[in-house]
Amino acid sequence: MLNIFKRIFYLLILKPLVYFCLGLNIRNAENIPKDGPCIIVSNHNSHLDTIVLMTLFPTRKMLKISPIAAADYFLANKIIAWISTRIFNIIPLSRKVSKTAQEEFYHELDKRLKNNSIVILYPEGSRGEPDKMMKFKSGIAHIAKLHPDIPIIPVYIEGLGMALPRGEAIFVPAICTIIVEKAIYFEHDKEEFMEKLKNIFDDMQQELVKEEI
Amino acid sequence: MFQTTPLIQNSLIAILALLFCTHIFVLILARIKKNVDFSNLKLRMKSWWLIVFFLAFIFLGNKAVGLVMVGIICFLALKEYFSFIHFEPDDRKLLFWAYLSIPFQIYFLYTNWIIMFYLFVPLYMFLIIPLRRILAGNVKNFIKVTSLIQWGVILNVYTLGYLGAFLLLPFAKTSSTANVNGLQLLLFLLIVNALNDASQYVWGKLFGKKPIVPNISPHKTWAGFIGGVATTTVIASLLGPVLTPMSLKVSVCAGLLIGTFGFIGDVVLSAVKRDVGVKDSSNLIPGHGGILDRVDSLTYTAPIFFHFFCYLYQMGL
Repeated sequence: MLNIFKRIFYLLILKPLVYFCLGLNIRNAENIPKDGPCIIVSNHNSHLDTIVLMTLFPTRKMLKISPIAAADYFLANKIIAWISTRIFNIIPLSRKVSKTAQEEFYHELDKRLKNNSIVILYPEGSRGEPDKMMKFKSGIAHIAKLHPDIPIIPVYIEGLGMALPRGEAIFVPAICTIIVEKAIYFEHDKEEFMEKLKNIFDDMQQELVKEEI
Repeated sequence: MFQTTPLIQNSLIAILALLFCTHIFVLILARIKKNVDFSNLKLRMKSWWLIVFFLAFIFLGNKAVGLVMVGIICFLALKEYFSFIHFEPDDRKLLFWAYLSIPFQIYFLYTNWIIMFYLFVPLYMFLIIPLRRILAGNVKNFIKVTSLIQWGVILNVYTLGYLGAFLLLPFAKTSSTANVNGLQLLLFLLIVNALNDASQYVWGKLFGKKPIVPNISPHKTWAGFIGGVATTTVIASLLGPVLTPMSLKVSVCAGLLIGTFGFIGDVVLSAVKRDVGVKDSSNLIPGHGGILDRVDSLTYTAPIFFHFFCYLYQMGL
């Protein structure tokens, strides 16, 4: 029942809102995976990032999307927690380091990936300044090492820092550009993986900066 | 005040029939000439169905629905303009205020407050935008940013808003305006304008050699321009006496105006896109590009045809 409601919500509210109020300019759309399991890695400037990433997929697949989100923020009160866990299927991640919380998180992640989920992860850790990237945290490398056979798809989103940046309440319509890169996999060691990921994002950012000049 | 007429309904059916025949023609052409790529043309035809379906709401619904549709066109166009200009995040609140001009314009039209419709964007938005930026305390690129925003509001909200202004005609029922129907005038403008775009494109493709403005758009040629304006004038002289109270002579003038200024609107938007370095204003309409790529000629023809008509029939200004 909830699934039917969610699909209607995605199809009739979320998608039209994104296309009408925002507008997407998607590059290399052929790199968007047809099915899970996979991990989408993206830069993070706005709450809208998750919604935009969701609309890249057909409504059928949107049920399978699981964003990794900070527990202290998205489970803060009952209403937000219900929306986060029921509508957006978040995988809560505690920002405080504790052994049990970590184990719980990895267990949940593992379960979702076995269930063909499309996991969204923001390696910057939180929303930063509009259209500026912060240093990536190494958690993604750890996850990638645990799941070396799962494709990791880098996605760069530009423009949402303009539409709804951190700490702002007013939404301003803007068309955002999304670059989807080819999937990468974990090889050899963590440092190398982080280096590879960073280079891919720098290239994508550079591609857009060049056009602005 | 206004209602859709049997003439409008018949015209819409005729447009659908024309679209159907053109689509079939394109598909047959694609079958025969296998060595030429028709995929873009096919995509364009599909999008034309959507455009006609969308615009039909203006002609079948009531005034409120029609004006909201015009507001949506203004909104999508302004969003494209703001997105390809790339403003600083500090100026996002300014953009929000600029967007607010759209509901105001639609409200003025809805309440028949035509003087305010004429004044609000050129005067009051001109005063409001710098005021908002002073409140933000931001002097960086002050003239540049406020001008860019004001220009965008004029281009996308003010000029395209004239499409909605047609819904107000005639302003008052007098003996001289008895057979003026605003909806039919708008239909006339949209048909002639669309066929003008198409015929300029076709003439240019078939016979175009010498470009008029090589620095802005190498695809716009003298042959395309002259052939296009001639075709448009013929179409306008055929449609004018049927859809509007204009005589044959006036319809020819209207055709010349729409043909010429449609071309200019097209080139102006090409110059804008060339300046910011984009090919299409967005990818909203498959095959066409963005909505601004489609309504570029209307930014000139809608206000010019509106005032041309009002002047001739002594209405409003």
